[in-house]
Amino acid sequence: MFKKILSLCLALLMVAALCATLASCSEDMESDEAKITDSPLGEVELKKDFDVPEDFKIGFILLHDEQSTYDLNFINAVEKVKTVLGLTNEQVIYKKNVPESNACYEAACDLVDEGCDIIFADSFGHETHLLKAAEEHPDVEFCHATGTMAHTAGLDNFHNAFASIYEGRYLAGVAAGLKLNEMIANGDITAEEAKMGYVGAFTFAEVISGYTSFYLGAKSVCPSVTMEVQFTGSWYDENGEKNAATALINNGCVLISQHADSMGAPSVCEEKNVPNVSYNGSTAESCPNTFIVSSRIDWAPYYMYIIKSYCQGTEIATDWCGGAEQGSVVLTGINEKAAADGTYEKLVEVAAKLKSGEIKVFDTDTFTVGGEKLESYTADVNTDAAFTPDTEAIADGYFHESEYRAAPYFDVRIDGIKLLNENYG
Amino acid sequence: MKTTEKRSREPLFHVVKRDALPWYKAMLIRVIAVAAAVLLCSLLSIVMIEANPFEFVKTLVDGAVGSERRLWKLAKDAAVLLCISLAVTPAFRMKFWNIGAEGQTLIGALASVAVAVYLGGKIPEPALLVLMAIAAILAGAIWGGLPAIFKAKWNTNETLFTLMMNYVASGLVAYFLVVWRPSGGSVLGRLDFGHLPVIFHEYFLIIAITIILTAAVFVYLHYTKQGYEISVVGESENTARYIGINVSKVIIRTMIVSGAICGLAGFLIVGALDHSITATTVGGLGFTAIMVSWLAKFNPLIMIGTSVFITFLNQGSSQISTNFNVDSSFPSMIVGVVLFFIIGCEFFIGYKVKFRESTKSQSQEVVENESDS
Repeated sequence: MFKKILSLCLALLMVAALCATLASCSEDMESDEAKITDSPLGEVELKKDFDVPEDFKIGFILLHDEQSTYDLNFINAVEKVKTVLGLTNEQVIYKKNVPESNACYEAACDLVDEGCDIIFADSFGHETHLLKAAEEHPDVEFCHATGTMAHTAGLDNFHNAFASIYEGRYLAGVAAGLKLNEMIANGDITAEEAKMGYVGAFTFAEVISGYTSFYLGAKSVCPSVTMEVQFTGSWYDENGEKNAATALINNGCVLISQHADSMGAPSVCEEKNVPNVSYNGSTAESCPNTFIVSSRIDWAPYYMYIIKSYCQGTEIATDWCGGAEQGSVVLTGINEKAAADGTYEKLVEVAAKLKSGEIKVFDTDTFTVGGEKLESYTADVNTDAAFTPDTEAIADGYFHESEYRAAPYFDVRIDGIKLLNENYG
Repeated sequence: MKTTEKRSREPLFHVVKRDALPWYKAMLIRVIAVAAAVLLCSLLSIVMIEANPFEFVKTLVDGAVGSERRLWKLAKDAAVLLCISLAVTPAFRMKFWNIGAEGQTLIGALASVAVAVYLGGKIPEPALLVLMAIAAILAGAIWGGLPAIFKAKWNTNETLFTLMMNYVASGLVAYFLVVWRPSGGSVLGRLDFGHLPVIFHEYFLIIAITIILTAAVFVYLHYTKQGYEISVVGESENTARYIGINVSKVIIRTMIVSGAICGLAGFLIVGALDHSITATTVGGLGFTAIMVSWLAKFNPLIMIGTSVFITFLNQGSSQISTNFNVDSSFPSMIVGVVLFFIIGCEFFIGYKVKFRESTKSQSQEVVENESDS
């Protein structure tokens, strides 16, 4: 009996000791905090300026749940709108963990049965399945984020949405360029060594548009910059993203950014003390020494827009592309600990110029393709199985991104950016 | 006295094998287990999501069978699950631990999609469907047959081999998605060709095919020579050899049948439901199928019940996550608790627990024994 009690006591002691060590660990972390400024874009406040009928219902179809940063971004936006509009739990219905298969169609139909007036799906692969549900239920509005088919589907109740996130990335790129300039001025690197690394998911227009705008932002302040892109072949692959970031750093990249959903790349940067420009939300908490700034899409303004349109009986646009003005493109605050001096002021200035149209992100004077200025480019705007280019996208000296449809279609390979593994090898 | 001391060290309880219970008693134990599980889940729901237990059970039932659409969905999901469960059953009866149904189904689906991608629109739809089915069945049979050949010839471990084949299959799917949609973010989308015809209802065909298949597998296992050979190999390979059964042949043949049925399931998923493929098209059904088959003691007719039951739980509990807006790990927990109770109760059907009789009566017994001697 004594032995039993003794062993129990020892076990408890060990557990207590473990808790104590863990607790002290987290205390250590807190002393190492990042210094965050306000967002250079400011905050756009959502206002309720219309009435929502009591029987209004909206359904959300999500690929994963809160544990994925991608879906969490959508959920946070829903919760924000829910609070602003005072919607009840009965009026907002979630379907989480819905795969990109017939299950998406089934979930949408089930939401129709539940009485939803608007149904929103968050993943690119949901589109064709949601489209089938939209065909069968013409009285219900179907909205789909990141999709490409609404403008050719010919349905009144099917809509696509995106944000001009390339502008957010351009601004983030400016912050990266300023950091490179600081490193050059400090003598850490030469101007020729100003090479950035970028971890991308797929060679997909959304990713290409993203890294190109980021690169052009950096180039606008640091003309000698070059960039290497390493693809993972997956939207979420923590290890793959870690490996890609490590490979880029070993390759001589002095600053890393990424377009993939895990914490893989930022955590490698913190470990190796390489500055990082993040995406989809601030990573300042776990990477206080290397996080510079992050851009992301806030979906709340779009939710407000579709609910307002529905409640007031106006048409929902087939393609909707929100910008910084509506609060759809968001920048986090800048971490002064990692960013170069004067970054905040510079970003405020550039943001104002983007807004006034003085600066165009894809200005054809700022980049070359094969050593020459791009005078004409036919982009693949209308989705078809063979990905045939169909629309002239260059006019008035710049590439018209997200104008002919909301989702990005800029997929030009410009000079200065080297793709390391186009076949994801 | 020495004996008394020894006796008092007897553990608090010990486990004794039971004689076969009459079916109604066994059923009663199972009903009690399910009731206990539901009770525990209701308690959990009070504590964790602050729902009242009646509301909880009501939502569970409503989510599973609350509307005509949900009923059809339940029947269809159960049918797909049953189809894959039927596939793993022959191998399990043979004590061949095939955990590769996931990969065998996925590769079947991939083969169907490949046919639809390359030949869709170029040949008539019925011919396309036949080709898709043949491709899927062949691919599944190869995926199931390979580990069996290695097992039969070189006695490799079939569990590891079939598991690895799952990863190869999902890797192949990821690869072909990139090949087919080089700039499409690896999303294939619904294909326009290779749709199975709709009879009565979208899901009717899939359900009907599965019912026919259930009957066929039942007859195959219980009333044919091959089915008998499977049972003998499962009981004892040596006995099988002794009575002149070619064990290697039985293993390979059975796994080819298993794989082929998985392939057929893959074809049904593609042709009647998804018309597309992702690496998660099968979504773990290949593993859930093992549970379905096992709970039914490898009897295809009982598997109808177990597959409906598991689908019911899954569908009902995801409604709980929706209605109470809780983290989606909560429904998985519910399913886990219920399955735990059911598997646990099988133990009590096979065995009974005997508690140590009180020390007093024991020492008396000992004294009596001693006086006897």
